[in-house]
Amino acid sequence: MSAARPVSERYRMGRLSPAARLLRHLVLLAGATVMLVPFVWMISTSLKPPNEIFSADIALLPQTWHAVENYTAAFTKQPLLRYLANGLLVCAAIFIGQVTFMVPAAYAIAKLRFPGRDALFGIVLLALLIPTQVTAIPLYILFYKIGILDTYAALVVPSVISVFGIFLMRQFFRTVPDDLIHAARLDGCSELAIVWRIVLPTAMPAIVAFGILSLVWHWNDYFWPLLVVTSPELATPPLGIVFFDNQEAGTDFGPLMAGAVIITAPLLLAFLFAQRRFIEGVTMSGVK
Amino acid sequence: MRGITVSDAALSAAPPRARRRHAGAVAEAMAGWSLALPATILMILLLLGPALGAVILALTDWQFGAPTLNWIGLGNFVDMAGDRVFWRSLGNTMIYIGLVVPLSVLLGLGAALLIEADPAGRSFYRAAFFLPVASTLLAMAIVWEFLLHPSFGLVNRVVELFGASGIDWLKNPATALPTVAAIGIWKALGLNMVLFMAGLKSIPHDLYDAAAIDGADGAWERFRRVTWPMLGPTLMFVLVISAIRAFQESFDLVAVLTQGGPNKATEVLLYTIYQEGFSFFRSGYAAALTLIFLAFVLALTLLQAKVLDKRVHYG
Repeated sequence: MSAARPVSERYRMGRLSPAARLLRHLVLLAGATVMLVPFVWMISTSLKPPNEIFSADIALLPQTWHAVENYTAAFTKQPLLRYLANGLLVCAAIFIGQVTFMVPAAYAIAKLRFPGRDALFGIVLLALLIPTQVTAIPLYILFYKIGILDTYAALVVPSVISVFGIFLMRQFFRTVPDDLIHAARLDGCSELAIVWRIVLPTAMPAIVAFGILSLVWHWNDYFWPLLVVTSPELATPPLGIVFFDNQEAGTDFGPLMAGAVIITAPLLLAFLFAQRRFIEGVTMSGVK
Repeated sequence: MRGITVSDAALSAAPPRARRRHAGAVAEAMAGWSLALPATILMILLLLGPALGAVILALTDWQFGAPTLNWIGLGNFVDMAGDRVFWRSLGNTMIYIGLVVPLSVLLGLGAALLIEADPAGRSFYRAAFFLPVASTLLAMAIVWEFLLHPSFGLVNRVVELFGASGIDWLKNPATALPTVAAIGIWKALGLNMVLFMAGLKSIPHDLYDAAAIDGADGAWERFRRVTWPMLGPTLMFVLVISAIRAFQESFDLVAVLTQGGPNKATEVLLYTIYQEGFSFFRSGYAAALTLIFLAFVLALTLLQAKVLDKRVHYG
């Protein structure tokens, strides 16, 4: 099989002639340039002094380096570290909540027999269809009534239950052999201990992929934080960069681009260092 | 066969064992419900309850903070039918999706095919095309705003290099929506690309060998006779996903870049919902608008489920 592979591999797309190979690179390089220009220009601008930013020449590198000034200004004009810390705190709290609630429920639905189980799974599938924007207005009113608007709780609570996570884990747990669970029961394990000590470790790849998806989704979410947060000190990264943009009102682009670099850096670095896992996690969102 | 008969006989001959089995079933049911209960309560409190709340709210004229509300039945939907902003918003949303979905799917497919055609530079190209997906859209929207700045944005400077005069892309009613859509395509293309790459990998190699024996030797013939038909289910799946995402990403882009302007030229459905619900505080009307959005998502998801059903069986 492995010996036959390279031959088939060539047949998949055909052997490329040198001309076709050149054409492929030209087209892909042109495409990649368009994709990368915003990132390159963002970084380039964050290094330049104002007079070079406003000059008509197109230059990638600055003549006078202004990086220290721009990044210092970005950190002092806006509490960027606070925004990043908020993003981390909110995403971590959401993820811990999601795992805490979804794993036992998914195990019960996948492996235990109890009356109402199929109906419960039906409800999970139904809830999968509800976009967050539909629940936003009633949740906003509820949070207003109980007085938790403009708190960390308002950012975290709506997301601690992930029906997508329950669905995903249930699919995964079904492949866990029953014998493993029976053996644990004979050893005197409680069902709760089986969930966390026996079944969960087998699902680590799925949990990691789900964690990346959850992180990307909630780190980037703008709609809900925009609704519930008004205090700058609670802002998540996307909200923070908008505060920054509004304050600058389109004049001081060096520090603003430095701010954009700082806000996008965590996820971009995570992607560049763990491309395969990152892509696995994000493409899973297909089901959502 | 014999094994089953024996164990059946053993069961009826041994009531204590059956009783123990019954006790085990009760314990299992107790365990099942206690493990599933916290998630069930949260699901009702945070998803199903609020969704039902949105339906009820949509039937009232309630304004956020108002002491009273009236049942107006389908009144909000009647208002909607006569609301020019709503129709403009719906039309713009359709144009946005009509631009972003086909173009990001076609370009994503093209990128996937070209990148997979040869190993040279494969991982660099894949990373480059995927980078916008991995970035924070809000921050990148602000970068795009700068790139599109009428007097010193990079886009107009490049346009001027070619002797043409630049325009104010986001403030010109004719170009604002296509410009926002172009950024949407830039953001969506990479995700479609990796979904297609996964689809390409699942095509059995034998099919290409068989096609070669049948004389399909050119790249185009192989694509037409093997790749394209085999990608059918992936294509449907990618179309539906990018449509749902396009709805949602249009909000982020419009909120940062144009706020629906100039003169409602980029007003899209989710932005209208946001404005009605949280700027004008017409909660009832905004809830009715979210139900229109829900109807689109349901239709798309059912389409997707139908297609997926042919491929995978969750049971």
